[in-house]
Amino acid sequence: MKQDMVDRIKNDPDFLQLTRVRSKFAWTLTIVMLVIYFGFVLVIAFDPALLGTPLSEGSVTTVGIPVGVGVILSAFILTGIYVRRANTEFDELTAKIKAKAKGE
Amino acid sequence: MKALLLVLLTSFAAFAGEALTGEVEKQALNMSAIIMFLIFVGATLGITYWAAKRTKTAKDFYTAGGGITGFQNGMAIAGDYMSAASFLGISALVYAKGYDGLIYSIGFLVGWPIILFMVAEQLRNLGKYTFADVASYRLRQTPIRTLAAFGSILTVVLYLIAQMVGAGKLIQLLFGLDYEIAVILVGVLMILYVTFGGMLATTWVQIIKAFLLLSGATFMAIAVMAHYDFNFETLFATAVQMKETTSIMAPGGLVSDPISAISLGIALMFGTAGLPHILMRFFTVSDAKEARKSVFYATGFIGYFYILTFIIGFGAIVMVFQNPQYLDLAKQAVDGGAPILGGDNMAAIHLSHAVGGDFFLGFISAVAFATILAVVSGLTLAGASAISHDLYASVIRKGKADGMMEMKVSKVSTVILGIVAIYLGIAFEDQNIAFMVGLAFAIAASANFPILFLSMYWSKLTTRGALLGGSLGLLTAAVLVVLGPTVWVDVLKNAEAIFPYKYPALFSVSAAFIGIWFFSITDKSDNAAKEKEAYEAQYIRSQTGIGAEGAVEH
Repeated sequence: MKQDMVDRIKNDPDFLQLTRVRSKFAWTLTIVMLVIYFGFVLVIAFDPALLGTPLSEGSVTTVGIPVGVGVILSAFILTGIYVRRANTEFDELTAKIKAKAKGE
Repeated sequence: MKALLLVLLTSFAAFAGEALTGEVEKQALNMSAIIMFLIFVGATLGITYWAAKRTKTAKDFYTAGGGITGFQNGMAIAGDYMSAASFLGISALVYAKGYDGLIYSIGFLVGWPIILFMVAEQLRNLGKYTFADVASYRLRQTPIRTLAAFGSILTVVLYLIAQMVGAGKLIQLLFGLDYEIAVILVGVLMILYVTFGGMLATTWVQIIKAFLLLSGATFMAIAVMAHYDFNFETLFATAVQMKETTSIMAPGGLVSDPISAISLGIALMFGTAGLPHILMRFFTVSDAKEARKSVFYATGFIGYFYILTFIIGFGAIVMVFQNPQYLDLAKQAVDGGAPILGGDNMAAIHLSHAVGGDFFLGFISAVAFATILAVVSGLTLAGASAISHDLYASVIRKGKADGMMEMKVSKVSTVILGIVAIYLGIAFEDQNIAFMVGLAFAIAASANFPILFLSMYWSKLTTRGALLGGSLGLLTAAVLVVLGPTVWVDVLKNAEAIFPYKYPALFSVSAAFIGIWFFSITDKSDNAAKEKEAYEAQYIRSQTGIGAEGAVEH
């Protein structure tokens, strides 16, 4: 990539908008995933009995089962949220930036 | 090729016959398994033949020409991930320890969203064939490529061991074939797929296998649940009764202390983002959009698969554990307890027999065999690419290698890696295969991931920082693994481990990040200044895909 193209793109307001919004979005989702997972891991490390609590009086099924399945579902849902926004909003912005970089 | 196939066919038949002189009932069982094995092997060799005709350039060989769709790639990634270690190892862990198996599988899954948010599209936009393309994008080629290649090869070899052990045990159980011969057979087939069919064959073998494995596992889970009127409480209650303990319903001994728990979490999460055979798959799709879709589908398939594995593990507790049909009487006479034939890793295989009879046992065994073949092929391709693309083309030939020659080197590397895998597969026969994969993850998390991640996001990264910090991470991980319980005690037979934790990632990943940071900021060379300057252009390409390899330009 030529230096003048670099300078042009890095000052393009659309590029600034794209990188700012996307990086905030990506980091937010990353932190959500980290909090969910390491929250789960820390409970296992410090209070494993909590996950071993029966779901209801006298049941064998423990709290840990829905919590574990919930962590799995959250991973899938978070990727869905990201892909949905990235493949529409972010890709449109990227296309605009590319068109400008080529056109001028 | 035909002659070799014939040899394979006859050796299968001969060994099957020899091993089955005992019971008549078991002979029928083995025939359906053998036939399904052979159908799969035949079909995949057909695919390899088809792919070989379409694999003409280095780009075809490494990336299947770059024309794989997001959905196909998602399936292939899931296939790479749903290895024999996952299917047999995690269901064995659930079977042996209950809830701990779920904890382990969750760790394997949660790396995926992080890959999507942080590295997937950037990787696609910056790279060509291997993740080292990205790590060395603006750094000095020779040192960074060399380090990345070593990280890749080490990860691949560790992962391969786990797969080979699974293969040996599985075929041993099914055919009564010698462990060594089973491992050699897998190695030979894998070499055929990769050398002739490249990434295209490897991808399609993986997609077909992923479909078969998901179908088979779904059937097993439904069959188990149908037994208990689709009521989880009844299933769990029966399992607790069988095991005579409620400990299987709560976290247990797998992660007994906070350090281990966090360390395992880090290894699994960041290790996923540093596995060379997985990262390589992002170069087989056309653009960033397809790369993102790949991760979405892969996460879905993998998550679903782990839920199935959990049900299968519990299914094995209620239907296999203490079932005299699957009891290893010889072992029981010596050790007591209720050991099953072939060890815990065979829990899912026995369950397939319990729910679906001989025919379904044959199907699941064939699928598990297919799984091993597909995964070892992907691993070997990644390892061979590290040797040919990173070491040969970039380090030795300084980027001036001819594409055909590079491909040739890759094929020779495949054969060598295959032989190494066979040898190590035999050497590591008695390790729990799920833990072996855990070790591969520690290295991927400590060497590959920190360099890759910081090369994308940290403008002040320099060659010196990446090289010293990355090496520090790799060495720390390797040394701690050797000094830890899994190698020092279990393999080398010492009484007590020098390093007390099974999972070194917490220490080794920290060492890598701190090392890279420190040696980068103290790097005042002219070269370092240039590398920092080059970040801007790299950042724009990683964010927009302008100038990306094989991208469709408007």
